[in-house]
Amino acid sequence: MTTELMTQLGYVLAAGLFIFGLKMLGSPATARRGNMISAIGMLVAIVSALLDQGIVDFTYIAAGMVVGGAIGAIAARAVAMTAMPEMVALFNGFGGAASLLVGWAALSPDSSTFTLITIVLSILIGGVTLTGSLIAYGKLSETIGSGAITFSGQQIVNSLVVLGIFGGAVMFCMNPADPTWLYIVIGLALVFGIMAVIPIGGADMPVVISLLNSYSGLAACAAGFAINNNVLIVAGSLVGASGIILTQIMCKAMNRSLSNVLFSGFASVSSEETVIEGEIKPISVDDAYYVLEAATNVAIIPGYGMAVAQAQHVVKELTELLENNGCEVNFGIHPVAGRMPGHMNVLLAEADVPYDQLLEMDEINPRMETVDVAIVIGANDVVNPAAREVESSPIYGMPVINVADARTVFVLKRSMASGFAGIENPLFYKENTRMLFGDAKESIGGLIREFS
Amino acid sequence: MSGAEYLLFILMLSIFLGFELINKVPATLHTPLMSGANAISGITVVGAVALAGTGNENAAMWLGVGAVTLASINVVGGYMVTDRMLSFFKKKED
Repeated sequence: MTTELMTQLGYVLAAGLFIFGLKMLGSPATARRGNMISAIGMLVAIVSALLDQGIVDFTYIAAGMVVGGAIGAIAARAVAMTAMPEMVALFNGFGGAASLLVGWAALSPDSSTFTLITIVLSILIGGVTLTGSLIAYGKLSETIGSGAITFSGQQIVNSLVVLGIFGGAVMFCMNPADPTWLYIVIGLALVFGIMAVIPIGGADMPVVISLLNSYSGLAACAAGFAINNNVLIVAGSLVGASGIILTQIMCKAMNRSLSNVLFSGFASVSSEETVIEGEIKPISVDDAYYVLEAATNVAIIPGYGMAVAQAQHVVKELTELLENNGCEVNFGIHPVAGRMPGHMNVLLAEADVPYDQLLEMDEINPRMETVDVAIVIGANDVVNPAAREVESSPIYGMPVINVADARTVFVLKRSMASGFAGIENPLFYKENTRMLFGDAKESIGGLIREFS
Repeated sequence: MSGAEYLLFILMLSIFLGFELINKVPATLHTPLMSGANAISGITVVGAVALAGTGNENAAMWLGVGAVTLASINVVGGYMVTDRMLSFFKKKED
């Protein structure tokens, strides 16, 4: 058997393992093994690639793998679960950068036009993924402001950048010998990644991360065309499809189109004032305890605020106390709660909350009428009844968790400042809502002390 | 051995397959799915090794070495962090 054939068969095996691994990610019971199988697939692919007879010197390959692997391993061990969104964003960016470099290195004087086009595509998508992910990382880790950055003439600048990329790409494909055009495309792709993400605010990050995830796959896919490698195409398009599906789910959960998320922040929405009737009714930890003590069915709705307050462990403690008190406790998870898809589930899983206690929005809403107390922790827009009741609201039509249907609602909130989107929340003024002001972790800590 | 049309054929099939596979993943696993998929996108390392091992110390080789390093961060970090996350997911025991 020739080594060429062995390499190709290795790739087939690797592709099969990726597919099988992703299939096993379909259930929490098999997911961990699925990830392992996918990792074995990657190992098979890498070993197969190393059989390539064009490789004469393994020194630099080994050096790159050791350095990169060590950085990755350290980061993966050290990262806190609350910081997962920015970690994923950063890894995404590295993947994009790798595809950019592979596309670039694949350039040779005798490349066909088709190959040149795929090289440009891998450089373009890879470059946008790199800088877009770095900006997303900056916003998520708050190293740069998480707000939307807009300036007048932004659309014009963006259009010019796109035109420049297009023109540069065409010129490069016609004169591949002149590297100037290539550098222009690389530079503009990097600029475009920045320009595309800066106008998007922190609350829309679940969409952006999903989309960048998709791009990192598509970049690998384009690089696969550039170097004529089918396993890159298979793996890249699997990732691309996964990112696109998550993007769709996130957009649907916000009732917004993708272009609306990408091109307009909430800021531009008319500031039409709606009169909200009723008054804010604060509650003390003592009184909240008495209500919870008598409750038999409690639903907890977490949001990004729970992650910020690092309250997931005390939430778990409170859950146990309530259960020991004969109360049923469930969690209602909105698809866009947190800063990435499934963010809340990972945080609560880390705090030892079993996954069958975490209900999706469509599961928890029909049960809400039987709930004695709904506790909203650091969530705002995802429980805003204005989405159902106020037609002029910017979030009108967005599916939300109907906490107001519960007998009593506790809202744990730092202060009365409105949520990220700056939208008034009529929930706080409802007859059956009680506000428990203060740091979520301390408030829940207070409740726990009352119980014990 | 592989022409462009053959590669496009593979592309089409794997996109459909990807949609079918991922649609079945429950919302509770979306974060691990994303980081696991992210690790798979580090597959670029496979292409990068051939470019990094040519032995002639030219620009293309150094680009390849850079790509190997970056993609290795993605692969190792992505799989390890996914495994760490998935180790937290437990069913309720009664």
